[in-house]
Amino acid sequence: MPGYAVELKKVSKHFGAVVAVDDISLSINDGEFFSLLGPSGCGKTTTLRLIAGFELPTAGEIYIGEAVQGDTPPYRRPVNTVFQNYALFPHMTIFQNVAFGLEMRKVSKEEIRQRVAEALEMVQLPGMENRKPEQLSGGQQQRVALARALVNRPKLLLLDEPLGALDLKLRKAMQLELKALQHRVGITFVYVTHDQEEALTMSDRIAVMNEGHVLQVGGPEGIYEQPANRFVADFIGETNFLEGRTEGRRADEIVVTIDDVLPIHTSLEKGVGMGEKITVAIRPEKISVHAEPPTPQAVPGVVEEVIYTGTDTRYLVRLTERSIVTVRQQNVGVGAGASFAVGAQVYLHWQPESARLLKA
Amino acid sequence: METQPLLQTQGKPRSRRETWRLLSLISPSLFWLVVFFLIPLLLVFAISYGQRGTYGGVKWNLTLENYGRFFDPLYLRIFGRTVIIALVTTVLCLLIGYPLAYFIATRPSRWRNVLLLLLMVPFWTNFLIRTYAWLLLLRDQGFINLFWTGGLHDFLLWLSAALPLPIWRTLLEATSTPLPLFGTDLAIIVGLVYGWLPDMVLPCYAAIERLDYSLVEAAQDLYANRTRSFLRVVLPLTMSGVVAGSVLVFIPSLGAYVTPDLLGGAKSIMIGNVIYSQFMSARDYPFGSAISFVLMAIMLLGTLIYFRSGAES
Repeated sequence: MPGYAVELKKVSKHFGAVVAVDDISLSINDGEFFSLLGPSGCGKTTTLRLIAGFELPTAGEIYIGEAVQGDTPPYRRPVNTVFQNYALFPHMTIFQNVAFGLEMRKVSKEEIRQRVAEALEMVQLPGMENRKPEQLSGGQQQRVALARALVNRPKLLLLDEPLGALDLKLRKAMQLELKALQHRVGITFVYVTHDQEEALTMSDRIAVMNEGHVLQVGGPEGIYEQPANRFVADFIGETNFLEGRTEGRRADEIVVTIDDVLPIHTSLEKGVGMGEKITVAIRPEKISVHAEPPTPQAVPGVVEEVIYTGTDTRYLVRLTERSIVTVRQQNVGVGAGASFAVGAQVYLHWQPESARLLKA
Repeated sequence: METQPLLQTQGKPRSRRETWRLLSLISPSLFWLVVFFLIPLLLVFAISYGQRGTYGGVKWNLTLENYGRFFDPLYLRIFGRTVIIALVTTVLCLLIGYPLAYFIATRPSRWRNVLLLLLMVPFWTNFLIRTYAWLLLLRDQGFINLFWTGGLHDFLLWLSAALPLPIWRTLLEATSTPLPLFGTDLAIIVGLVYGWLPDMVLPCYAAIERLDYSLVEAAQDLYANRTRSFLRVVLPLTMSGVVAGSVLVFIPSLGAYVTPDLLGGAKSIMIGNVIYSQFMSARDYPFGSAISFVLMAIMLLGTLIYFRSGAES
């Protein structure tokens, strides 16, 4: 049974009256690419800094491997960090930057030279040893920061929004490269980001955080397809929320009346009583639009707006006085154009299990 | 230190009109420099090649004799002492000023300005008065010695009566005469350190405040403990402040006149006092001018070497 690389047990961090991290427990597996995802101020960076030892928890315990950390200072933790702004030492060459950790650990000169060369090779920056950080581009500095951390072969690599300063194209390329690199070196990565797409692309597992709490931990698919609550559903990807009341139960479905007028069908969920106020969450791409009702359960609506976005066409369809849903249809054919015009009467269809019930 | 000639032509030659426009812009400072600095300096320079007249005044007969006299062992010794006092002052200012600057720079921002203000407040008082204050503290009848030969001596008397031990005798003997504080090199150094401390703190503060703290965290993340992260990251990156502060303290200390005059008494004099006495007592303007020029040349040379080495690293 593989052990945990990091375990947080009921960890809290207060800054004066501000609670940055509120009683969170997390277990991160050995060799895992684990992301802490949430909006700014959700406590994800503080959590990372707690693991690194830059902050000490107000309550709770942090384990790295088997060892409880207590108030161990950062320089005694088997952990390395890639900082958001890279934090390369501007007065040192690239070689000196990458060698710094090994030097502090009194590794022999010969071994340092060899391992630095290997590390720079690994991040595809060979021959840059004698440059200064200021002579490198943002992407190259990013790689040096990675090499500087990985050359120490840490148990755990902490990354604090490392791609945040790069432009979109470079960021996409680095996402795949980082993921491949993590596979190759087999080191546990703990990755902080506010970019849900980035987290979904790279992670084995994701912890979604908000206001100092961990709301859900799971694989990318689990988090996307089965969000635990409204915040997660809203933060990850795009979602339609419909407010309603559970009306009745059929074999394997629950009927929810939207805005007291429109019955829709959803999958059966545990712990949902009848006559309860409830939110239904449906992803735009799970809905299909039809001119005629494909099934008796199809939901009628009127097209309010049509938006062409290249890969997709989006329809805003009004269901009731108060509720509009977004529907996304892939543009499969060439020059097919929009199938429906503004004002058209349409019928929406989805698999019952695509509609998630979230307690209000 | 990057300097660019003001009237440098970039690419194509500047038009004559533009040159005049720039000249007119710098003319006030140019005027100030020429009238109050350059002309007096040239006068001193010229005088330094003259000879003292029998009743004071200057005889213009172009001689290098004054510069030769500077290398008289008497003056060389005073100059050597002056350099040592200035160096000790600079090192002490650094040892006190850098930690102080570090402390201030790492406070929350609302405290920083208050602390800097507190540092500056004493310096709103005239320098002469503040130096006199040290005189009142350090002289034989000063506050420190009043306590030494008064309160402390009486206390020891009482102690020795209550608890007879041989050690009290030595202590009683020591406290029966005032500490020789006034009129020593120590007094001068105390006065100079006190006087120039803010000139060390402010540049150090500016450099430390600019330091990106995540670099310190990066060093600690890479197994450097506090001492090592300070020596390998903080100090090298704030060296500009250390160099600037040291120059700002060393140069005025080298030319100090008021402090050694008031606190050094008759025994401890510095090169500044020699220059003063040449002009005011000995009425030997040419020799005084020559010493001034040698001192200036050495300061200039030192500053150039210091900044050159700073620019390279």
